[in-house]
Amino acid sequence: MTSVDFLFWIFAILSVGGGVCMVFSKHPVSAAMFMIVSLVGVAALFVLLEAFFLAVLQVLVYAGAVMVLFLFIIMLLDVGPNASKQKITHLKTGMIGITGSLLLISTLILIVENGGGTSNFVHSELPMQATNSLEFSTNISAFGYGLMTKYMLPIQISGFMLLASMIGVIILSKRSSPHDDA
Amino acid sequence: MLTITPYHFLILSILLVGVGFLGLLIRRNILLMLMSLELMLNGINIALITFSRVGNNLDGSIFVFFIMTVAAAEVAVGLALLVALFKKRRSVLSDDMALLKN
Repeated sequence: MTSVDFLFWIFAILSVGGGVCMVFSKHPVSAAMFMIVSLVGVAALFVLLEAFFLAVLQVLVYAGAVMVLFLFIIMLLDVGPNASKQKITHLKTGMIGITGSLLLISTLILIVENGGGTSNFVHSELPMQATNSLEFSTNISAFGYGLMTKYMLPIQISGFMLLASMIGVIILSKRSSPHDDA
Repeated sequence: MLTITPYHFLILSILLVGVGFLGLLIRRNILLMLMSLELMLNGINIALITFSRVGNNLDGSIFVFFIMTVAAAEVAVGLALLVALFKKRRSVLSDDMALLKN
């Protein structure tokens, strides 16, 4: 067992365990903390896959911005003490949920085991020969080149979508005020 | 080279998606449901980067970049909707959003 294997198992347990603790934790703030653990574990797995730029982005965007937003809303709504007294779920809903997610997991594992036809590439070693013009690279400049050439239109559209969501959030938070006449 | 194969990463991504799906189904708190959605997106991101690395193709990684953008926008809009809903109903539990029931 090499050190990379060791790191993989540590971060795999961290990410999945953080997710499970998040789902079953009563208090929303502790759920958000477990979620941060899980997201940092996923970022470390990105590093193991040599997607360094995406790992940095994962920590900045998810563990930084998104979870801070979640914690801010939890504090704003003050749902902690009320929600932690009640049960996290009903018995019937819990049974249906566990059955449903086990069904989903087993189906997806079955697809991974049997899918891909004859070429069983998922069990192969990680690096393979180049097949496409836009090759996988650990370099950020390759990433930027791809974004500015092949994915020029999608990045413009995603920028426009961010603008639209920003305007939508502003309108939503204005309309929900009680003294609204306009 | 690594003895961990892409298979391990794919199983891990499936587990993350499954745990997120479980949280989405069983939790009553809408905040927690949104967090579970984020967990599912993370599982999908791991699978995409694994395929991107195996196939030696950058498209998967760039797609992960777009998924992160959309997820951040989705969380912002979803939480704004949740705050608006909380001001109207004084609750974030999905049980209390049963206006169409009965």
